Formats: sequence, C-alpha cells, structure tokens
Amino acid sequence: MSDTDKFDENGEPTRRDFIYIATGAAAAVGVGAVAWPLVSQMGAAADTRAAGSIEIDLSKVSEGQQLKVLWRGKPVFVRYRTQKEIDAADAVDVATLRDPQADDDRFVANPEGKINKNLLVMVGVCTHFGCIPVGEAGDFDGWYCPCHGSHYDTSGRIRKGPAPLNMEIPKYAYISDTVIKVG
Amino acid sequence: MSGHSTYEPKYAAERWLDKRLPIVRMGVDFMGFPSPRNLNYWYAFGGILTMCLMIQIITGIILAMHYTPDVNIAFDSVQRIRRDVPFGWLLQPIHAVGASMFFLAVYIHMFRGMFYGSYKNPRELLWIIGCLIYLAMMATGFLGYTLPWGQMSFWGATVITGFFGAIPIVGESLQQWLLGGYSVGNPTLQRFFSLHYLLPFVIAALVGLHIWAVHHVGQNNPIGIEPKSKKDTLPFHPFYTMKDAFAIAVFLMIFALFVFYLPDALGHADNYQRANPMVTPPHIVPEWYFLPFYAILRAVPDKLLGIILMFGAIAVLFVLPWLDTAKVRSMRFRPITRWFFIIFLVMCFILGWCGANSPDDVAIPIGEHGMTFKWVSRIATLYYFAYFIPILPVMGWIEKTKPVPESITKAVLSGDA
Repeated sequence: MSDTDKFDENGEPTRRDFIYIATGAAAAVGVGAVAWPLVSQMGAAADTRAAGSIEIDLSKVSEGQQLKVLWRGKPVFVRYRTQKEIDAADAVDVATLRDPQADDDRFVANPEGKINKNLLVMVGVCTHFGCIPVGEAGDFDGWYCPCHGSHYDTSGRIRKGPAPLNMEIPKYAYISDTVIKVG
Repeated sequence: MSGHSTYEPKYAAERWLDKRLPIVRMGVDFMGFPSPRNLNYWYAFGGILTMCLMIQIITGIILAMHYTPDVNIAFDSVQRIRRDVPFGWLLQPIHAVGASMFFLAVYIHMFRGMFYGSYKNPRELLWIIGCLIYLAMMATGFLGYTLPWGQMSFWGATVITGFFGAIPIVGESLQQWLLGGYSVGNPTLQRFFSLHYLLPFVIAALVGLHIWAVHHVGQNNPIGIEPKSKKDTLPFHPFYTMKDAFAIAVFLMIFALFVFYLPDALGHADNYQRANPMVTPPHIVPEWYFLPFYAILRAVPDKLLGIILMFGAIAVLFVLPWLDTAKVRSMRFRPITRWFFIIFLVMCFILGWCGANSPDDVAIPIGEHGMTFKWVSRIATLYYFAYFIPILPVMGWIEKTKPVPESITKAVLSGDA
C-alpha cells in the first residue's frame, strides 16, 4: 500500500485502513484469549487453594516448647515463650528495628479480647529465601537461619543478617480458648 | 567464510540426489569449512560441548522412561534407577556427572573466548548466542537438580524461586505462579520436569545458530588476526575433526574417572535424604558450577541488591564485546591486560571457594579476628565487576600492545602462533 492510499480525497483515513486496524485488533484479542489459559494454568490449582486452612490445638504446647505444623507446605511455629523471652522481646526499642513492629502487634486477640504473649504463632520461614530457621539460636536467642545467616529475636523479628522482614504472622483466629484456625 | 561449494558428486546416485536435495553437498561443505591453521587445544571445547549436549539428551531421554515426577515417588524412582534398572547404575551417574562435565567444558570455552578476544567484531552475536546457551544451561541444570527430590533439590528450588519473590510489588504473585502453589510442592516438581525436558532442545537450537554464526564469520584463533589467504586455513575435516577427537578422548577419560570412581564427588550427601519441607539442611550450597554466583548473591546484606548483582554478573557478559575497546583481539599481545585477565580468572575461583563456605566463617586468619568469607567475596565481587568496568574499556584506550604478526602462516612458520 503506498502512502497515497492512506487518505481519501477529503484527507480522511479510508474504509480499508479501518478494516485493517479492526482485523488486527480482533486478532490481538484472539491471541490474548488463547494465551490467557496457557499462562493461567500455572497458578495454584483449586485443590491447592482449598487446602489453605488448618486448626491447631494450642493446649498441646507447654512452656519452652515449640510446635511445628505444616500449613500450605510451610511450617507454622507455635512457640510457648518463657517469661525471660517475653521480657527480652518487650525490652527492644521498636524504632531501632529494620521492620519496626512492637511485640504486642504480633498477636491475635482471643475470644475474651486479650492477647496471650506466651503463645507466639508465626510462619517459620525466613523472609530472605524461604529456609526454616532454627529455634533458640542466633545472637538474640530467638531464631537463626542457617542458609544465609539471618538472626531473629524472641518475637521472630529480624535483627541481623540479609532478611528484609520479620517472620510473618499468619492470618489466624481463636475458634475456642485453646484452638486456633490458621488461614 | 561460506565460500563456493567444493563438492563434486562422483556417482550417478549422488548426482541424482544432489539435483533434488543437496544434503550431501551441505554436509561436505560444512565439514570442509576452512579453519585457521593455528588453532590449539583450547579450541577443541566446542566439539567437546557438542558431545556433552548429546550425552545429556540421550541419557536424559532414557532416564525419563524410568523416572516419576511425583513428590511421593520421585526420590524412590531415582534410587530404583540406580539399583534395579538394567545399567541404571551407569546411566544415572553419566547424566549427573555429565552436567558437571558440561559446565566444566563451557567455562573453559568461555574463558578461552575471553582470553583470545573471540567476542570482538565481527563475532559479537556469536558471543551473545553463546551467553544465551550458557543461560539456558544454567536453567536446565537447576531444574534437573530438583528432580531427584532430595534435601538439596528441595531447598535449592526454594531458595532460587525465592529470588522472584524479592521483586517489588509483583514478586509474591509471580513466585506463586511459578511454583503452582504457596511453596515448592508437587505442581512445582511436575512443571520442572516438563521444562527440564524441553530446554535441552532449546539449547540444541541455539547451538545450531551458534555454529551457523561461527561458520559465517569464521573462527577466531590464538593470535586473533583474520586469515588472509588460503594458506592460513585448513579444512575442518580431517585436520580438526582428528584434533577434536583426541581432545574428546582425553576429556572422556576424566569423565569416566568421575562416573566409575567418584560418581558422588561433585554432589552433596544431603541429597540422599528425602526432601523435607520442615527441616532445612544446616549448610545449603548449590552445585559447584553455581558457587561463584552464590558468593556474589551473599556478598551484600540486602536481598534485592544481592539478586541484582548476581544477575548483573551474567548480564555483563552480554555487553562484553562493547566494553572491551581494544583493537587487538588476543591477550597474547596485551602485556598488561592479560594479567588483569589472569587475576579475573583467580577471582572467579575465589568466589567459588567463598560460595562453598559459610559467610561468617574465617577464610584468611589475618588481623585480630581474621577475614571472613563474606569479606573475601566482597573483594572478589568488586574485582569481578571492575574487570568489565572500568579495567577493560580503559586498558583498551591506554595500553600499548605488542606488534601483531602479519599473517597466521608467518606466525606459524616463525613459531609464534
């Protein structure tokens, strides 16, 4: 098509140009519609998403113990903290933290509206590259990640090393005094 | 270099075929390709690499007949191959050791290219296709290492896919899309198997382009000057097919040493433990061929910056042809830059050494507390990038190079080639 074909005698685009563009646009939509399922199939399948919540009985954990429960393919730590560990977590100046968060903000209230600072529930996955930190270890006697050397305190907050964030507190709720539902 | 054809069909049947499908002509011209007469054994690695790819594809197709990509069966199916499948004890280690041998050869091939300036005009695209092959090899190697579903497989996959989670905003969704779930699991294993089977054929296609490009621009050579007359070249066959064959035989001896006597020397004992999402091995390290990049990743305390530097270390190779400003190709005639290159080579080994160790352990016992691997890898990382910018461009401008021989033939006859 030469340049002179692009406009009719009134200087307007021709009907043929319109048809070309409309055809091209329809083809692009078609390609997109075909590509979408090809890309989308790689996401989490319905059964994977359905297995997304679990219940944990907190009464099984006693002081100084840690329970590990598999949730969405990752471990959830339930740590019954000692008074010394709680005091250590409270003593930290929040402003000095890399990911500032007070210890109290890392808990979900029980049916009576109170938080139980003894029972820390968090996703036991290092926020660096997803390894499982080792408990009661590291410079802050909290958790230590063996992969790249991140140190977490007794509240699971990042204190030293390459990880950018505190260990995640999953979405959970008390369904009775001692049982929580995660996810 | 693709001159006119030298093929003359001798028999009626050959003439009949040549008129209809000149496939024999293509093969003959391909093998008779004029190559510089001064190629040394470092130039045999192209042939060695082609053989490595073939070994991996053949053994891989066989292993896929016996392997099951399912989180509950994968580990056992690999052990079954090694114990119960006829000659599985041989084929599985050939594939596993073969990956290491493939990377050994590709590293020598790349350093060879860097030393003799094989990436310079007009071979920039040849070099870039090579970099793409290297990238595809790394992806294939990583995917394949996940398949036996041992502890290192699982945690290697977790850490590497975690890189994508570090991308701002879209990172988490992207990571879940790649994994097919919230964490590395069965959907991940199945897609990794599928892609591990696909990528070698992508590599084969890229190798085709790589060889096409080298046939078009001609091979570089140790003195880095173009052949000027017919005397400067030899037909690839039989001269270099024989030379390559000898090099391949030597290479296969090293290969066989590992396969028969040290099949697990290049792997990790942790991978003989089943994948366990609840426990991370105390010391996770990638395969040896990724160690330098792993050291760069860990050299900085910031997650995203570490990833950017690691990918940058590979990306910089793609622009190498434009960073090296020197007119002279071969380091043989670059008295100062060649030392910078040798230091670069040493730094790559040092990075590998750092990658194999814990960042906070003492590497060199100097000073009051000693120097940790983290600091050694920081220095080596700095040099790695400094070699590309500013050392190469600046040396290209200021270095006084040694006189380059007039022709390949003259250099060969005077013993300088």
